Amino acid sequence: MRPDRTPLLLVLMLAAVLVLGPIVPRWTLFLLTIAMAKGLVVLGLLLFLRCGLVSFGQALYYCVGAYAAGMLGRLYGVSDVITLMIAGMLAAALLAFVLGFLLARYRGIFFGLLSLALSMILYGLLVKTEALGSTDGFNVLPSTILGWRPPDDWVRYAVLACASLVAFVAALGVHRYLRTPLGRLAPAIKDNEIRVEYMGASARYAIHTKYVIAGALAGLGGALAATTVGHIDPEMGYWTTSGEFIFITILAGTGNVLAPFLGALLFESIRSVAFDLSPNTWQMVLGGSLLAVIVFLPNGLWSLFRRRKAA
Amino acid sequence: MEQLVAVLIDGIIYSAWLFVAAVGLTLIYGVMKIVNVTHGSFYALGAYAAASITGWALRQGMPEGLSYAVLLGSALLITLVVAPAIERGILRFMYARDEVVILLITYALFLVLEDVIKLVWGVSPLFIAEPYGLLGSFDVLDLTYPYYNLILVGVAIACGAGLTWMLGHTRTGKLLVAVIHDTEVSRAMGINVERMYLITFTFGSLLAAIGGAFTAPTVSVVPGLGIEVIVLSFAVVVIGGLGSLPGAALGALIVGIVRSATVHYLPEAELFVIYFVMAMVLTFRPRGLFSLAEARKI
Repeated sequence: MRPDRTPLLLVLMLAAVLVLGPIVPRWTLFLLTIAMAKGLVVLGLLLFLRCGLVSFGQALYYCVGAYAAGMLGRLYGVSDVITLMIAGMLAAALLAFVLGFLLARYRGIFFGLLSLALSMILYGLLVKTEALGSTDGFNVLPSTILGWRPPDDWVRYAVLACASLVAFVAALGVHRYLRTPLGRLAPAIKDNEIRVEYMGASARYAIHTKYVIAGALAGLGGALAATTVGHIDPEMGYWTTSGEFIFITILAGTGNVLAPFLGALLFESIRSVAFDLSPNTWQMVLGGSLLAVIVFLPNGLWSLFRRRKAA
Repeated sequence: MEQLVAVLIDGIIYSAWLFVAAVGLTLIYGVMKIVNVTHGSFYALGAYAAASITGWALRQGMPEGLSYAVLLGSALLITLVVAPAIERGILRFMYARDEVVILLITYALFLVLEDVIKLVWGVSPLFIAEPYGLLGSFDVLDLTYPYYNLILVGVAIACGAGLTWMLGHTRTGKLLVAVIHDTEVSRAMGINVERMYLITFTFGSLLAAIGGAFTAPTVSVVPGLGIEVIVLSFAVVVIGGLGSLPGAALGALIVGIVRSATVHYLPEAELFVIYFVMAMVLTFRPRGLFSLAEARKI
């Protein structure tokens, strides 16, 4: 058996981000943190995709995490990044636990459509809630860390450092989870669910667990995005946001827990560059690359690394 | 009383619009088993084509009465150019893929078409208000409605009736029903399924474009027009049952009436209620209101 290199890779990535953070230009820190936030959401979607499920409403939990963080700041003046992320995660996980009882019964297109409907319900509510700023959303307090307000130059780096630690723990956790019997059930559910049940395993239970984990990760990402951007609005729960997450999932592939973060970084980079170069064709670039990945690399960009290793 | 009438009339007008916008989606799903996100793009394409062509024709001195025919003609024109190209050029190579993968492919195409629209028509809004104001308006109790809304209802009825007639009484329609029922057996019986797919995709997209074309006079045609329509159409066809024609009509009616009732009585819940109904239907009848039980295939 080949030694498991992923934990080592994760440590190296973490070290790289922490060491390079103070050196690279400031704007890349923002890009990296947002990529980290989206990578967390996509890490959850990776769990679904391994079962052959695609959620068109993961923005629901992203948005819940963001609003939980935002409201904590608005109502109680909490601005601590770590508290906010935990709050976002718990709020989203709780909701995912409840809704999971319903969604774990659905497969294929219906899983996608029901999650779409649920996320649009939240969007519909937020858009009309004037107390939360309707379509404009509201501003989130500037971030602090454990009661400490870093000097302005260093806030971005400090948030990024927290975020990468969290992402490191999350990625390692999911990596471990994929190696448990419950985690290994995913491809079997994708292939043939009835056989899974004949084996004595419960597909519904497995999917419910994954649903809660994915929800928690998305809430974490949402809270992180909220405190990084400093502003939240209902758009975070709109279906186009979910579409973005699926996009990254497909782009990255499900081969490894690192893939979502690299995919998110690539996505954000493509978007900023394409948006800068030609604001009217950046979606075309994105759509084109999605098509190309689906056609030529059905297992995502990560499969490029795999193939080279095998050769 | 007056409010009740208003709810009903607004609801029916909105339903008519929803039906035209969404019915093509259910047709395409029924025949091809594709949840087609590009449907939203065809809606937008129809609206853009109608706004620019009709506007141009009116500036050339075309009598205003002809503008309705031109709206329809422009939807037809743009669909015949774009839909077969997409089906033949891209989609037909993907039919062997998973349902969800095809959905993602149509999503990618949707993103591409969004920008194609911006490249062709630019980003500033287009207006084509003439057909809307032309017919004047009528009164119901104390409420005033433009006659144009009746045209919208007429278009919806024509689309529904036309589709029902086509499926039940023409050769192509009967072949389509066979394909809907069982693709493999149809192929074995000598039906050219590939051709049926091409026809279905073009025709389904045409319906979306017609929806867009006839909406163009009532709104300002701006980029991103298709984004909202596509989720609404999903809601409509999912409520009725994916692939069911009467289902789409019922779904449109439910969403239309429910929405207009909330707009009148509880405007805060306008968007919420549509997706709430969709989630409820998916919860209690996952395959929609008008759907047959499907055997679990092993």
